[in-house]
Amino acid sequence: MHGFANPARFLRLARWLTPLCLLLGLALAAGALIYGLLFAPADRLMGDTVRILYIHVPAAWLGMGGWTTIAIASLVELVWRHPLANIAARAAAVPGAVFTAICLVTGSIWGRPTWGTWWVWDGRLTSMLVLLLLYCAYIALAGAAQRDMAAGSGGSRVTAIFGLVGAVNVPIINRSVVWWNSLHQPPSITMGKSAIDPAFLTPLLIATLGFSLLFGGVVLARMRMLLADIQAEARLRRKAQKAQMKAELSAGADWQ
Amino acid sequence: MAAAVKAKHQRLVLLVIALVVLIGAGLLAAWALRNQASYFYVPSDIASDPPEAGRAIRLGGMVQEGSIQRQADGVTIDFVVGDGKAVVPVRFSGITPDLFVEGSGVVAEGHMMPDGTFLADNLLAKHDENYMPRELADMSDAQAKEVVAETE
Repeated sequence: MHGFANPARFLRLARWLTPLCLLLGLALAAGALIYGLLFAPADRLMGDTVRILYIHVPAAWLGMGGWTTIAIASLVELVWRHPLANIAARAAAVPGAVFTAICLVTGSIWGRPTWGTWWVWDGRLTSMLVLLLLYCAYIALAGAAQRDMAAGSGGSRVTAIFGLVGAVNVPIINRSVVWWNSLHQPPSITMGKSAIDPAFLTPLLIATLGFSLLFGGVVLARMRMLLADIQAEARLRRKAQKAQMKAELSAGADWQ
Repeated sequence: MAAAVKAKHQRLVLLVIALVVLIGAGLLAAWALRNQASYFYVPSDIASDPPEAGRAIRLGGMVQEGSIQRQADGVTIDFVVGDGKAVVPVRFSGITPDLFVEGSGVVAEGHMMPDGTFLADNLLAKHDENYMPRELADMSDAQAKEVVAETE
């Protein structure tokens, strides 16, 4: 793992891994969605409404997966002080928030015809909304910490602690439909068993793989962007220092 | 070098302890919430601890087979919600969601009446965790098995 502590080595790897993840993910997700939306059978009760499953379920998994990434990266940052961990956590926050929002919106659209309501305050829906709010708070905190760091004081540790504390919500989302009576149905896919017919499950799994690759590609691209940002900022700062030094020297020369 | 490794271990142990405490606190909170955070009562909750008439509650369970009866006015329906241990009769006037059928889950918002009937203001259909294509659902079990065996 410490082989990647060197950002140059990471960047060499990310340069070809990013487009590979994005293109392969795009192809798989598009293929699964086209099949799922047009050719997969309709559900016995829900009819065509079931097709939203192919977006809703991968989005929900990746929303939770995004925070799991943040939590693991935060742990690595706090314990091993890995230089890329903070960047990986910050890079995962935005796509994680986007997938959580997609999950909430598609779920709401599905809930109207299926349940007869856009929104209820049951355990699953509420804990998922809390996850979106946690993402928003994390992104704001990481942005503030970045400005702090640029100003010379370390602030990324607070962000990492928040990332770890927020991880408590992830198992709560997962268990919410088991612990409490909820309007949302209990998990369909549990350890090696699926209550979803293979006709729906195959495109669902391919869509999940595709969206996961897209997620990975976006995280890599954002990590490259954040690293480039840091580099550009360091270069600007060096330039400013040099200019200041020169100005001081010439001012000193004038004075003599 | 040794000092650096030791500091690393110290941080790891501290963080693991903090995480265990945090997760413990989260689980305790969730456990304490297990009744309050439930979205609805099931019929056996109502049988064991009847809520006072008129208090707004939600009732969830399965619509019993053969229990839906439409009244003469055309919009009022009576049905029975059960959870395998107890049953509660429900009355509702209005448009039912598409998935409201006998044998499937329902969540009713409303209140108990003094005679033990639940008067629902609103019905929400509950979808279960099973997803099945229409063609398979219409077949008998034997036919479905045959199709599955053929396609596998």
